[in-house]
Amino acid sequence: MNTEKPYRRRDLLGIRELAASDIIGILDTAENFREISNREVKKVPALRGKTVINLFFESSTRTRTSFELAAKRLSADAVNISVSSSSLSKGETLLDTAANLDAMAPDCIVVRHSSAGVPHRLAKVSRAAIVNAGDGANEHPTQALLDAMTIREHKGQIDGLSVAIIGDIVHSRVARSNIHLLTKLGATVRVAGPRTLVPKDFSYLIHDQEFAPGAKPLEVCEHVEDAIRGADVVMILRIQRERQDSAYFPSLREYSIHYGLTNERLDLARRDAIVLHPGPMNRGIEIASDVADSSRSLILDQVKYGVAVRMAVLYLATGGSAVNS
Amino acid sequence: MAADLNLVEKSRVMDASAMNRALRRLATEIVEKNNGAENLYLVGIRRRGVPLAERLRDKIEGLENIKPFYGILDITLYRDDLSTVGANPVVNRTELDDDVDGKKIILVDDVLYTGRTIRAALDQLMDFGRPKKVQLAVLIDRGVEHRELPIQADFVGKYIPTKQNEIIKVMLKEFDETEAVGIYHRPSE
Amino acid sequence: MKLLITNGHVIDPAAGQNSGKDILVEDGRVAAWLASSDERPSDAAIIDASGLIVAPGFIDMHVHLREPGHEHKESIASGCAAAVAGGWTSVCPMPNTNPVNDDAAITRYMIEQAERAGLANVFPIGAITKASDGTELAEMGEMKAAGAVAVSDDGRPVPNAGIMRRAMQYAADFGLPVIDHCEDKSLSSGGVMHEGKVSLLLGLKGMPALAEEIDVVRDILLARDTGAHVHIAHISTAGAVEAVRRAKSEGVSITCEAAPHHFTLTDSAVAGDGGESASAYDTNTKMAPPLRSEQDREAILEGLRDGTIDAIATDHAPHHADEKSLEYDRAPFGITGLETAVGLAFTELVHKGVIDLVRLVELCSTNPARILSLTGRGTLVPGSVADITLLDPEHVWAFSVADSRSRSKNSPFDGREFRGKAITTIVAGRVVFNERG
Repeated sequence: MNTEKPYRRRDLLGIRELAASDIIGILDTAENFREISNREVKKVPALRGKTVINLFFESSTRTRTSFELAAKRLSADAVNISVSSSSLSKGETLLDTAANLDAMAPDCIVVRHSSAGVPHRLAKVSRAAIVNAGDGANEHPTQALLDAMTIREHKGQIDGLSVAIIGDIVHSRVARSNIHLLTKLGATVRVAGPRTLVPKDFSYLIHDQEFAPGAKPLEVCEHVEDAIRGADVVMILRIQRERQDSAYFPSLREYSIHYGLTNERLDLARRDAIVLHPGPMNRGIEIASDVADSSRSLILDQVKYGVAVRMAVLYLATGGSAVNS
Repeated sequence: MAADLNLVEKSRVMDASAMNRALRRLATEIVEKNNGAENLYLVGIRRRGVPLAERLRDKIEGLENIKPFYGILDITLYRDDLSTVGANPVVNRTELDDDVDGKKIILVDDVLYTGRTIRAALDQLMDFGRPKKVQLAVLIDRGVEHRELPIQADFVGKYIPTKQNEIIKVMLKEFDETEAVGIYHRPSE
Repeated sequence: MKLLITNGHVIDPAAGQNSGKDILVEDGRVAAWLASSDERPSDAAIIDASGLIVAPGFIDMHVHLREPGHEHKESIASGCAAAVAGGWTSVCPMPNTNPVNDDAAITRYMIEQAERAGLANVFPIGAITKASDGTELAEMGEMKAAGAVAVSDDGRPVPNAGIMRRAMQYAADFGLPVIDHCEDKSLSSGGVMHEGKVSLLLGLKGMPALAEEIDVVRDILLARDTGAHVHIAHISTAGAVEAVRRAKSEGVSITCEAAPHHFTLTDSAVAGDGGESASAYDTNTKMAPPLRSEQDREAILEGLRDGTIDAIATDHAPHHADEKSLEYDRAPFGITGLETAVGLAFTELVHKGVIDLVRLVELCSTNPARILSLTGRGTLVPGSVADITLLDPEHVWAFSVADSRSRSKNSPFDGREFRGKAITTIVAGRVVFNERG
């Protein structure tokens, strides 16, 4: 298979690979795409004639719909392929699937998979631009970008902010992408949750970034309260019931009591702090219902910005130049 | 623009005061032809159409005491050469905050040449609604023989017949060091 | 049928030999060592070993030859071809074939297939438990009679300490060493790489060093209790090396081996060359035990140097390209190793001053023969089997999977350059591989 990419195509495998200027370029481009979704005709011809394949090995209505709308609003032909892992085990390997799709000459493949590293492997063998829509516990770059857009909208900038991320850090691609993005743009991140789900050397995640001497851009806190205290942004991760079955914590009930975001805990944050959640929420477990429904919770903004971010990402992946690049 | 380094100025066809006079005349013509400034909507095409539209808006307001609606179009996503240019260009924001339905739109650009930019702008405009009427105002018209689409300007600041290897540069203080219009050519050509 | 190996430098640690000697081979055995003044037989074929090390044949005590059952990955013939090309005169296949080598008939079949191929010697390792399922003991006595040299359940280590204890007691009766792949699967299950900073970085589930160390410590206690000889397969963590070092000093009958990838690579290889993400998640960095941290790698080097580690064994684990083309999570564990091990040992150990040539021969021949009681092998004293490996420590070459004799191409060392190579491989007096044509 000829794997050389047409020179204009660019992969988005993760935030880790991006420089701060790349991230800002994507965010600024996304700002300029926002207005399109408010038009009467929510469509521009920019990617007319281009093909975007949404290759989802893991079901996700929300992310897939968001990517599909983004592609369609850019006039690309969007095709959704859902591959259950069971059909893969019938013998077709990941690379067979990639080769078959490549033969159909897509311009961009958006891939979601429960195994970390699948987008990286596809990027090596495919001529299409690969966009990571979530790979295992590794990264979910467009989620971090839309979170950043939400934060910028409400806080003006990311530099200098203090962000708490609470929950199942070790299994979370949302946490990894957000930590890379926020620390690259100058925020301080504090993570907390049950010790079984928050490894103490997690700050290694950003070991290859450079920071001012003495700076602690990523801190693992012992208590949820320590992470939330004084935060500008509180990001709550979804807790999976399966973790209870694997003995990471005793029960959802106990989790909600000791680690859930309640109004009392949120009171420790700055008065103007905002609350983010990548969805779907388990109300009453990782986030109390009254917090989820309060004006400080920006969960629907996140969804709204998702389409603009993904439009920008698709435009840039298929050859666009970023603002300020 | 790096390419500008290779350009040699052939002649200067407008200075700041000539430009201002042309815009004043354009404002008058627009108001005259539209029976006033009621429902006028000036839309500048990025980049150099934007300051020109602003100036026309101010002049029209001075004439009629009505502030026309005003907006900005970024036509990048509507270009017909997106799949052929080297890299997709930077997208900037389109700002049409007021509804275009039923309005008399004046599209404003610096130079009318092939007509392709105006085609993109018209397509984009229609995605925002159904204007009553769309007219085109340009500072410079390079001549109908260059047109690649059936598009003409309703209001022209100055008609400058040019050859294909010549380039018209409209310099505005918002982007450039001076205010002028010049004809340039590439020495290699 | 006589063969004379002249002008070589003989290293035979078992005989305390480390000097220039000519070796006369007759009827598959070493007939004599000739000094320069001795008369040369006129009817012998001559191998000029100028500039080469003449060592007792290398013995790889840990390979997977996949036959019977998984011939799409490797056969005994193809595995033996790869072995002799890599300088190994003997290989010991693990029992995880299909069916499992838990029966004398299968042991005999393996040996017969090897004899048919006529390349390397094959000394099978029998299963500890029937079907390696960790419950009933396999017929060790019968397998030994058929030619098995040790027992192991390798990748499916016996989890139950009570059964392992009885297995050791029983194996000791037959003088069979018990080889254990130490991995407590309740700690490592679901893991696909070393648990550490790199696994956090990549979002891959880790296998903690603890999973290996807890079983090493268990086996040390069981070895002390039963008096059996326990051999730890592919030791990979600093804690495990330290535990074995202490056990040895206390007189426990324990030995261990290290695999070339564990003294060469670390878990950072999973993150890609130079951390470049496009080369991350290469499934040829996935094996069990996994590539560990730099600190662990250094402990392996120290163990090789100070004698805590007794042998270098490849854990040659061929897998078909389709299987390795799966997602990192789903791809099978293991890499090929027979053709790269000697190159890696020279490049990473000898030329970097970790060990000298005598120690290299001990690790690859003398000690494996001793651990597995392969009498007449692992030495070149007159009367021993003429299994001989000729080595050129300075030969610079590059490995290419495309040229590999193995049926599988799953090596992380494709394209890697080495200094040092096995040039000629002689099994029972017969040249089975010769780089010099």
